[in-house]
Amino acid sequence: MEQPLTQHIPKDGGWLHLKDYEKVGGYQGLRKALKMTPKEVINLVKDAGLRGRGGAGFSTGLKWSLVPSPDQVPGPRYLVANGDEMEPGTFKDRLLLEGNPHQLIEGMIIGAYAIQAEFSYIFLRWGYQNAEKAILQAIQEAYEAGYLGKNILGSGFSHELSMHTSVGRYMCGEETALINALEGKRANPRAKPPFPVVSGFFGKPTVVNNIETLSNVPHILDKGVSWYKSLSKCEDGGTKLYGVSGKVKRPGLWELPLGTSFREILEEYAGGMRDGYQFKGALPGGGSTDFITAEHLDVAMDYNSVAKVGSRMGTGTIIVLDDRTCVVGMVLNLEHFFAQESCGWCTPCREGLPWTERLLQAIEEGQGRMEDLKIFDDLTRYMAPGHTFCALAPGAMEPLQSALKYFRADFERHIHEHRCPWK
Amino acid sequence: MDTPTQRILTDEMIAEIREMYKHFPVKRAACIEGLKLIQKHHKWVSDQAVRELAEVLEMSPDEIDSVATFYNLIFRKPVGRHVILICDSVSCWIMGYAEIADYLKKKLGIQFGETTADGRFTLIPICCLGTCDRAPAMFIDEDLHRDLTVEQIDAILERYP
Amino acid sequence: MATIYIDGNPYQVKDGDNLLSACLSLGFNLTYFCWHPALHSVGACRQCAIVRYRDENDTRGRIVMACMEQVADQARISLEAPEAKQFRAQNIESLMINHPHDCPVCDEGGECHLQDMTVMSGHNYRRYRFKKRTHLNQYLGPFLHHEMNRCIQCYRCVRFYNDYAEGKDFGVFAAHDDVYFGRFEPGVLENEFSGNLVEVCPTGVFTDKTLRKHYTRKWDLTNAPSICQQCGLGCNIIASERYGSLRRILSRYNGDVNGYFICDRGRFGYEYVNSERRIPHALKQEPAGNWQGLKKEIAIREIRDRIRAARKVIGIGSPRASLESNFLLRELVGADQFYAGIPEQEAKLIKEVLHILRHSGVRTPSLKETESYDAIFVLGEDVTNTAPMLALSLRQAAKNQPKEKARALKIADWNDAAIREVIQGQKGPLFIAAPSATRLDDAALATLQAHPDEIAKTGFAVAHQLDASAQGAELSASTEDFARRVAEALLAAKKPLVVAGTSLYSQAIIHAAANVAMALKKAGKDVGLFYTVPEVNSMGLMMMTDQYLEQAFHQVSSGEADMAIVVENDLYRRMPAHIVDAFFQKAKTVVVLDAIAHRTGERAHFVLPAGTFAEASGTVVNNEGRAQRFFQVYQPRNDIQSSWKWLQALAADDQLAVANLDEVISRLIACYPELEGIREAAPDARFRVGTQKIPREPHRYSGRTAMLAHIQVSEPKPPEDPDSPLSFTMEGYVGTPPAPLTPFFWSPGWNSVQAINKFQIEVGGPLHGGNPGKRLIEAAQQASMPYFTDVPPAVQQQADSWSIWPAYHIFGSDELSALSAPLQERMPASYLALSPADAKALQLQPGNSVEVNFHGQAIRFPIIIKPDLPGGYALVPKGWEATAGWIFPVQSTLKPVQA
Ligand SMILES: Cc1cc2nc3c(=O)[nH]c(=O)nc-3n(C[C@H](O)[C@H](O)[C@H](O)COP(=O)(O)O)c2cc1C
Ligand code: SF4
Ligand code: FES
Repeated sequence: MEQPLTQHIPKDGGWLHLKDYEKVGGYQGLRKALKMTPKEVINLVKDAGLRGRGGAGFSTGLKWSLVPSPDQVPGPRYLVANGDEMEPGTFKDRLLLEGNPHQLIEGMIIGAYAIQAEFSYIFLRWGYQNAEKAILQAIQEAYEAGYLGKNILGSGFSHELSMHTSVGRYMCGEETALINALEGKRANPRAKPPFPVVSGFFGKPTVVNNIETLSNVPHILDKGVSWYKSLSKCEDGGTKLYGVSGKVKRPGLWELPLGTSFREILEEYAGGMRDGYQFKGALPGGGSTDFITAEHLDVAMDYNSVAKVGSRMGTGTIIVLDDRTCVVGMVLNLEHFFAQESCGWCTPCREGLPWTERLLQAIEEGQGRMEDLKIFDDLTRYMAPGHTFCALAPGAMEPLQSALKYFRADFERHIHEHRCPWK
Repeated sequence: MDTPTQRILTDEMIAEIREMYKHFPVKRAACIEGLKLIQKHHKWVSDQAVRELAEVLEMSPDEIDSVATFYNLIFRKPVGRHVILICDSVSCWIMGYAEIADYLKKKLGIQFGETTADGRFTLIPICCLGTCDRAPAMFIDEDLHRDLTVEQIDAILERYP
Repeated sequence: MATIYIDGNPYQVKDGDNLLSACLSLGFNLTYFCWHPALHSVGACRQCAIVRYRDENDTRGRIVMACMEQVADQARISLEAPEAKQFRAQNIESLMINHPHDCPVCDEGGECHLQDMTVMSGHNYRRYRFKKRTHLNQYLGPFLHHEMNRCIQCYRCVRFYNDYAEGKDFGVFAAHDDVYFGRFEPGVLENEFSGNLVEVCPTGVFTDKTLRKHYTRKWDLTNAPSICQQCGLGCNIIASERYGSLRRILSRYNGDVNGYFICDRGRFGYEYVNSERRIPHALKQEPAGNWQGLKKEIAIREIRDRIRAARKVIGIGSPRASLESNFLLRELVGADQFYAGIPEQEAKLIKEVLHILRHSGVRTPSLKETESYDAIFVLGEDVTNTAPMLALSLRQAAKNQPKEKARALKIADWNDAAIREVIQGQKGPLFIAAPSATRLDDAALATLQAHPDEIAKTGFAVAHQLDASAQGAELSASTEDFARRVAEALLAAKKPLVVAGTSLYSQAIIHAAANVAMALKKAGKDVGLFYTVPEVNSMGLMMMTDQYLEQAFHQVSSGEADMAIVVENDLYRRMPAHIVDAFFQKAKTVVVLDAIAHRTGERAHFVLPAGTFAEASGTVVNNEGRAQRFFQVYQPRNDIQSSWKWLQALAADDQLAVANLDEVISRLIACYPELEGIREAAPDARFRVGTQKIPREPHRYSGRTAMLAHIQVSEPKPPEDPDSPLSFTMEGYVGTPPAPLTPFFWSPGWNSVQAINKFQIEVGGPLHGGNPGKRLIEAAQQASMPYFTDVPPAVQQQADSWSIWPAYHIFGSDELSALSAPLQERMPASYLALSPADAKALQLQPGNSVEVNFHGQAIRFPIIIKPDLPGGYALVPKGWEATAGWIFPVQSTLKPVQA
């Protein structure tokens, strides 16, 4: 099984330096890209079926093609690699950032070339110190080797890349909030339209892509569309980093064909549930996805299939709920997170999430009332997609609404027994 | 007292901030970088520091503080010699974060957001540290501690005098 | 125009608008918070939710925010869809989670947008059962009270204060449900437009501290449409009274003048009306120092006797008195004996402005129109301090060119945040040349600080660059560069605007500005020329007479006249004290009509209590030449009445004695055909809606029968108002009166100032029946005058003789508002400002004092050092006690004094 993104990451915890990266084919993709026209690069990525790994699964090539060309809108344009990764239960980009920074940098240069951006930024979440060090050094190496800077590899294309380390806030992961953070402002999201591809960083066309997304790009350029498509088990191309956390035998992260079944990931890779624990449900793609339950174990972990069972692929990092963990407590924990991380810009999220949290807390502490469940129904409808300014609050409603759907009885037990039965 | 108040931004720091804003189309974009720099040297960002940074970036203290107070990792109150950031997000919670947190609170005799009387530790809950497969986890200063159990805590704290 | 379907019915709406604004324009009641007609849309509050359908086959639709949706032809939406209604109610429910529900003790209660929207949304039952979040409040200075717990986080305050008015000392702090709107630390809010937060905030977070001191609910106020008297722009205001004192000022929307806003001088400077220095009754001083009160009739009789006995009586008018008061003074003393109560220098400047507006062929825009220009050159004016609201408008205008970029990206004009992100603080071509840095400089692309003569020369040079046939001027290299940039920018613009004014008493500056404007006109530009003038009726006064104060004094000193009647004027603020003293020594009888006790009144033989704008009606003409009517708010319970009524009583003309305001106006027009238009400033006193008058009091006015119960149980008959169709009662027409007669904004369901939407033809557009006011002067198509050629000679600095120029302060330079306690807190102490180099040469440090020799009188000033001053001249605050009566520039030695 091919694992192009991760197979060369040193197992000792170090990172793949330039020389070793070049030895395993590093920067070949870039060389090929620079011989193509930007448009050809975009089409290639589009054809490869690369969908954004940041959660929404938007076609990367399509996104790039929406950037107006320099003759339509002259002036600078930017590419930003989104390494905020603060979604609860998500730890996939970390591996790529810490272990293979050149792969990301190469992907970024290719992306920048495709949209004709002169500058790009890596937006790194706080707390990834090893990644920070690795990236800074890797950038240095890339400059020294002529992959960055003026007239890259004699192509005439010039590019500058730098890194910004964030100072907290989950909101920074939302692409428009990220742009505000990068501009040194409060990380409130911006209205769309205009989309960042039209008006982003300092009002200039800007593409924001996830770390994993960009890390795929060199391989597509290097090995081509059909190879890339063959990596996957579904209609979209490539491999995917899947992770599992919770009470399983071997929590961890694996690069597997896109579309690998949930069961396979859980049982083969994560080793199944720990002894004495039963699988009860899981959030398949980070804290802001809907629960799936035992009946969905065979779902293929790809964008379309997970959507069909009423959830989202999200980040592909699975959080497992076991039978000895209280679902109300788990959702309370998540809603606490979302309420804290609301930027405070729009009403439903700013006010609705703390209310949600307090209701859950009341229920968990035995103070719940049956009408609270009706309020939850109202709140989840209130904070549905499109109703809030950005996707944070609707994301926050996903675990709650699905918990109420699958585990309503657990909520009712808390209310009737005036206590948490799991405590 | 008529000694002038000590400046927080040294000439070197100001030079560093000037270097930063060269990377951006406008000076004010270096605001977060400036706050980080101050915190690196002083562990927290005082009102005085906000005023001085405002001067360097030609912003008002209000504009700086509006940004500073948005981000949870800019500390606008003094912190102890060592800052413990314990992840309270979902995977760590499932894996027993609460026990660790309770132990820390009891051992240090402080609640979240507080600093020990001797100024040694500040304890702050933090959201997901991105190391969910090795939960529960916490940061002390720059060090990440994972797969935590209550039993290890004493020994870990020992390392931070 | 586009056709949209709202709940199945077709409507015609304006293209390019957003759906919220379109729905409100159509008269629908749709709830909103963060959207504001002047601040536009950001989509934060989510209160304007509606359902939008893809097409006629779409029956489900989806919830969208009306304020963030572009009007599109054939768009189908529903306001009534149950899910939309439920969403709006739920949103209010969410906002109410942390709201303190303190309406009964809240200043905003009864005129609260949040209350209105809550009722409108249908939400009425509280399900939230946990603790509310609370905040600490901040001290924000003498104008605004802060009550953060009431905040609903609509972000309007920061959007007004920081984005629109570009204030820096305010902001939003923290995140999630902790967000806090206030200052970095407690302290005075510095921005000159901070008071608009009172109206912009949809709830009671920012309330009027001056109102708090004598608090009255909106429904218990007696109101009148009025005109701000505190500068020459004539912003429209609503003035409100209860129990015989003026309680507050609100802005009164006028789409041509001030739009939605007013400045803090206008809003908080009204307290002089309630001042202890008010004169309630007629007074007589004879012999000197011996004051006695007089009954009204006796005062009138005695003064009439004096007039009859006098050799000759002259009348001294005033730019702060209405046209009618000035006119009746003229009627009383005769045209030849009527003098504008301002010195020659100022009178001639205003005459010159009038001349240019008539003959330069360049249009003068209205205040609001200045916002539409895309390149601006300001010569000599510190507009924030001389014509405050102009500064707010120019800030918006300065964004017009940068905004073009957003338009190129097809971002709608209403998409406020998106536009700002594209603009990113980029500055448009605004250029300011002034003697020192101005408060507007931060919005300017380039500024020049120079001697007023140098500023004039710069103007001449710019005009010369635009048209070589205009007289040029020699400039220093750096000024030359500035002039070149200005000329290029003006020429590159579509709609350039030239701004100048009278504040530096420089005819050369006024001429230079006219040259620039005429040259631009010749270059085919749609150019505007905007002059500021000192006072509320400076223009009107100078349309009535050519005679000025020096001539009046000469009449008395030459012995020709022995009696003078002074109307609403403190002569000691106009001319040096020794000159005014000489006038008093010579005059046998001086009658002063004024509202406030001042030095001129102290020396008069008779003082008659005149009404302020709050107790009088009249017409004033602003800098644009727009005649506007203000109406009496209430009937004072003493002998105070408008000056023109006193003058009527003094006149020996029986017919005139009984004339009402309209008849006075008719007679005025007969004398001054050019003022014909003032009749149209407002409907006359016979106007009725059906048979009904327009009540000054809302129909929920309370306590009418109890207010005087401690004196008299039976309800007294309300006073009559013969001068307007407004009644001093709550009875009458409830609806939309003609715009100039609108005493307050109210509409069913809309108790807050947001009710204004219902009074406009379309949101943000003109009021029903047109915006109030009548322009009296329109530029001719063609210039009928040549370029000016009076280029000042090079500035010569004489050793030991300093030229001292006036510096203006929004809080302090205006005579009457400076008497208001809250403004006094904001006035700087008197000073003399020097450049650092000059201060050094004189061996002066901040805190040292100097003596200025003013006509033999030594006046002391503490020194301040202003790094922005180029040197060679000094500045002193205009209108301060120490500088009262100065004719600028003053030449003097600067003598350091030992502490
Ligand atoms: C609240 C919120 C947080 C997000 N956090 C992240 C994140 O940490 N990393 C990320 O790549 N995308 C995140 N996203 C998605 C981004 O907005 C954006 O869609 C993504 O970076 C695009 O990259 P892609 O097209 O490569 O997936 C977040 C979105 C929301 C609404
Ligand atoms: S949903 Fe609203 S408040 Fe929440 S994070 Fe997005 S914009 Fe901010
Ligand atoms: S008014 Fe439309 S979202 Fe606030």
